[in-house]
Amino acid sequence: MEEFHVIDNCLMVRLPEEIDHHRAGYIAEQADCYIAQNAVEHVVFDFEDTKFMDSSGIGIIAGRYKQISCLGGKVYAIHVNRQIGRMLHMSGISSLVDIR
Amino acid sequence: MKNEIELYFDGISNNESLARVTVAAFVAHLNPTLEELADIKTAVSEAVTNSIIHGYENYHGYGKYTGSIPAYLPVHTGKVRLYCLLEKDVLHIEVSDKGRGIENIDKAMEPLYTTRPELERSGMGFAFMEAFMDDLEVESTPGQGTTVRMKKKMTAGSWFDGEE
Repeated sequence: MEEFHVIDNCLMVRLPEEIDHHRAGYIAEQADCYIAQNAVEHVVFDFEDTKFMDSSGIGIIAGRYKQISCLGGKVYAIHVNRQIGRMLHMSGISSLVDIR
Repeated sequence: MKNEIELYFDGISNNESLARVTVAAFVAHLNPTLEELADIKTAVSEAVTNSIIHGYENYHGYGKYTGSIPAYLPVHTGKVRLYCLLEKDVLHIEVSDKGRGIENIDKAMEPLYTTRPELERSGMGFAFMEAFMDDLEVESTPGQGTTVRMKKKMTAGSWFDGEE
């Protein structure tokens, strides 16, 4: 299950085990609520639990990046495994997002 | 060694995980590597999601939808067909729908091209299918539906050659 935590000016999104289109909308919507309500500057996506992702995951990150970056915020992706890293690179999103 | 399955399911987003888990189970006895499994699951997920949201335009799995129709009601009751054939060491996957079809396949296959930016679709679906599988073919008639055919050679294949 995904989890959201606001720490200082950062929103930490702990992503679920599987990210597909079925789940993506809810995660994006929830993240947007937290961003709007808590004056969030940066967003961190934590892939530690994530075993599966398809292109909807790219959509979630790109959508948050659009919102955060115009106010000077940064988006981070942490605990990215090989498979997910490959997808982030192929989509070009790796040039916008700090991958750790 | 030949084995095939055919599965029809409603074109709703709840079935995306069903489709990819089914294919993963279908090839499980080949002892695929984790990477092969992830590749296949991603490709199947992309194809099935395309059928659901573009073919049948059932995007209610998407939380952002704020229309008047409740999220659990699909607009389109069309079925998605998943067909898998394992022939020796080659896995063939076919995902088809009888939805609206694709007008310009070349355009649709361009990375980052999407007709649904408002749903935060990344436009990477076909690019991922192409990258993660060995072969990709798309056939579509506007108004009649789309069929996506994919092939992947499994590394466990040599084991099967020895068996026959």
